[in-house]
Amino acid sequence: MKFLCIECDQQMQFEDRSLPGDGTFGAAFKCPGCGRSIAMLANPMETQLVESLGVKIGGRTLDQQPLELVRSSLAGRDDAFSERPDGRTAGRPVDWSPEATERLARVPGFVRGMVKRIYVDYAREHEIACITPDMMDRARSELGLEGM
Amino acid sequence: MGSVKFRTYHEVAGTDVSDLAGQVGRQRQHVAKRLESIGRVVAVMSGKGGVGKSYVTAGLALAASARGRSVGVLDADLAGPTVARMLQAAGPLTLDQAGVHPAIGTNGVRVFSTDMLLGDGAPLRWKGEHNEPFVWRGALDAGALREFLSDVVWGPLDLLLVDLPPGTDRLQDLAELVPNLAGVIAVTLPSQESERAVARAMQAAVDAGLRLLGVVENMSGYLCPGCATTSPLFRGDAGQTLALSFGVPLLEQVPFTPSIRPSGRPAVLTAVLP
Repeated sequence: MKFLCIECDQQMQFEDRSLPGDGTFGAAFKCPGCGRSIAMLANPMETQLVESLGVKIGGRTLDQQPLELVRSSLAGRDDAFSERPDGRTAGRPVDWSPEATERLARVPGFVRGMVKRIYVDYAREHEIACITPDMMDRARSELGLEGM
Repeated sequence: MGSVKFRTYHEVAGTDVSDLAGQVGRQRQHVAKRLESIGRVVAVMSGKGGVGKSYVTAGLALAASARGRSVGVLDADLAGPTVARMLQAAGPLTLDQAGVHPAIGTNGVRVFSTDMLLGDGAPLRWKGEHNEPFVWRGALDAGALREFLSDVVWGPLDLLLVDLPPGTDRLQDLAELVPNLAGVIAVTLPSQESERAVARAMQAAVDAGLRLLGVVENMSGYLCPGCATTSPLFRGDAGQTLALSFGVPLLEQVPFTPSIRPSGRPAVLTAVLP
């Protein structure tokens, strides 16, 4: 899929994507010539169709996660998987504040486990007993995890 | 602006950051990479429900594992998974960066099934089913099969048996995902009704360029546990008829018994094992 700026006759560049709600998928593109931006909005059915193929509009920024499609799309049991985080998060338990838990819940399901491990590892490395939104912001900034 | 003159996709210079075709290609490569450690992939199919595909699959897996072969079973019947219970394999499944590790069932058979993902008694349901599901449900089913092949850490296996659902849709998906599929075993009941349905499925396999390894006739009589005599359950000889029609061997005629037994005929194992 390519977007062409007719005025400049240049291909517009992918800028950002978002899920603003109700199943709508949004992707922003910008013309490198005139700077004009457009937003492509896919309706919920179109969004679901693309997601069903296991592909990402705008390309992938994260490697495909194991059973990503199934885990994000199947209305299945919550305890189907026990995560074995390669030993990195083995150690003392770390608590999550309600606000941090709520924020984590907004992370798409197929990367939530990985994002959770990153925050837990960060907390352990910094001897933080409870993960809060402030700590998540610090970790995002220090680790370059914008969008997580 | 006047009338807009469109150019073709390929006439517009510059990369396509979405590269959807490339993403799909990498998915296929992922499947191929995962299957490199597996000796043979064999599908067990039928055009008809209730013929005992899962029963035959479980029996084959037990027989092969009893002979020291490492065996995996992938339950591709997403909506009606049964083979995991037959092999006493259950979750929770272990997940790590390498993928999802299959459950270990009877005789060490490695098993993966949606039975381990769905709640007890819960039907298969995809999220967002209010959004015109007829458009994308097939794509999701095929995508799930792809992930079961690529993301399950099967490890080195002599044999991976794929227990297909009734019909031929998943068979064609499997043929596309696993170009080096070793072959297909067709399961039928003795009845003429079964014969007609299974013949269609076998023809679909032939049309897809797949190799038919043979036919297993299930419920081929009732084996009385008391007197050990076998009495007919259905009228017909579908196994023999299908085998002759398609020029393949009738691998086994399995009598109905209340318990799962390892496949008893060497012909079946010779057909599926490397």
